[in-house]
Amino acid sequence: MARISSLAEAIKSAVRDGDTVALEGFTHLIPHAAGHEIIRQGRKNLTLIRMTPDLIYDQFIGMGCVTKLVFSWGGNPGVGSLHRLRDAVENGWPHKLELEEHSHAAMANAYEAGAAGLSCAIFRGYIGGDLPKVNSKIKRVQCPFTGEELAAIPAHRPDVAVIHAQRADRAGNIMIEGVLGVQKEAVLASKRSVVTVEEIVDELPERSLNAVVLPHWTVGHVVEVPGGAFPSYAQGYYPRNNNFYKEWDAVSRERDSFLAWMKENVLTKGPDVFAQYVRKHRVAAE
Amino acid sequence: MADYKPNEMMTVAAARALKNDDVCFVGIGQPSAACNLARLTHAPNITLIYESGTLATKPNILPLSIGDGELCETALTTVSVPEMFRYWLQGGRIKVGFLGGAQIDKFANLNTTVVGPYDKPKVRLPGGGGAPEIATSCGEIFIIMAQGKRSFVDKLDFVTSIGHVTGGDSRARLGVNTKGPTKLITDLALFEPDSQTKEMTVVSIHPGVTREQIQENSGWKVKFAAKVAETPPPTQRELDVLRDLHARTNRAHAEVA
Repeated sequence: MARISSLAEAIKSAVRDGDTVALEGFTHLIPHAAGHEIIRQGRKNLTLIRMTPDLIYDQFIGMGCVTKLVFSWGGNPGVGSLHRLRDAVENGWPHKLELEEHSHAAMANAYEAGAAGLSCAIFRGYIGGDLPKVNSKIKRVQCPFTGEELAAIPAHRPDVAVIHAQRADRAGNIMIEGVLGVQKEAVLASKRSVVTVEEIVDELPERSLNAVVLPHWTVGHVVEVPGGAFPSYAQGYYPRNNNFYKEWDAVSRERDSFLAWMKENVLTKGPDVFAQYVRKHRVAAE
Repeated sequence: MADYKPNEMMTVAAARALKNDDVCFVGIGQPSAACNLARLTHAPNITLIYESGTLATKPNILPLSIGDGELCETALTTVSVPEMFRYWLQGGRIKVGFLGGAQIDKFANLNTTVVGPYDKPKVRLPGGGGAPEIATSCGEIFIIMAQGKRSFVDKLDFVTSIGHVTGGDSRARLGVNTKGPTKLITDLALFEPDSQTKEMTVVSIHPGVTREQIQENSGWKVKFAAKVAETPPPTQRELDVLRDLHARTNRAHAEVA
């Protein structure tokens, strides 16, 4: 049942050391503010799941919060490498990082299987390539009807899903529009969830009859964090800050500049700073 | 003849490979530029699909990421990512998959995972993303990559997504019924698979490029078709549209700062 709370309370209650956590959002609606709160609260030994480990996972990894990463594409989109991810994999800094590497199709299927209450995902994939040689979770099964060999991997069943959405009403019903990603599946596959939203409104606005809504009884904590996806974007609220993604390349390249940036912008700040990051665009939209 | 860069020749040659009625799964970067150039020139009705779930999108500027708002706002509709990969890709609805990579071999297998051994990589690359299943589920695959000894290699460090595997009928023997890579467009030439061996073979050389240059920028002994054409140079219109697209894109990305 949804509980409206502060971000600090939500993360304290939902995310524990050693948890398997999925922060999702496919380019759109990436929960940066919630990620920063997890880092600030000093969570350790996390297994992080995410299709596209993005800047926020680079930050988790560089701050030493992560033991294992389950993923399918780990780069800075259109820019290049995630330097903290690379430093962890190539040099073991700040410590060794275990990888469980998949393809996008596999990850999407595994979330869907988790949401559907299944133990595994079955799909046509991983044919001929080397990923099955380095990931023992990738198995093959035979279709009992046609004999076709298909790929199987375990369903994703995270302890916690963390997502950002545009709106919630006061009961905690969540509305998502635009690029949908795998957030609905991630929440329904998880034991607990934290949903940050751009705004909590008395009533969800006029919407399509098929709008994506997570009913309040499927989500845990709901927190209003305006700008909470920055530098990712919230359709209808503010655009993706592509320049931030480009600048992250230089910030994250060296350990010292990365740590200084984290201290100044994450460790000594709170979620309220996110509203300032996007104020220009939100004012313009009103 | 218009003045142009090798990179522009590559994008133009790749755009020309696309047809007006194609349904195309678009990778970010070079493939995205080529696909949108095709849409803005000879193929206005091409269906472009990005893995973020945007179907039939018509972006006015090139997206920096696979899921920029621009793609969603200009799309016919946007579906969830599981639906994208299950119904549309795995369901066999996509005719052309457009890929790039960090390393390629002569059978057009691609590596986007690691340089060096997987457990102790020299360079950890982003990984496969959608490519492993795009490579086998799309009707055919076009690949766009600039040539060089480090990217065109004799042996891949890691096979992220398959092309023609070890050549001949090896792809079909894995149970894959789609065509695989039918075109490889580089900054120097256009390659197509040999009908028997499936080795990527030069069928057209870009203007001013020599066979020696193509060889020097490849890590294997390059095969040339019996008849090799010269790629028609970019037209002024193709260059204008491409340069406008890049200029609009750069302006838009700078504005959001």
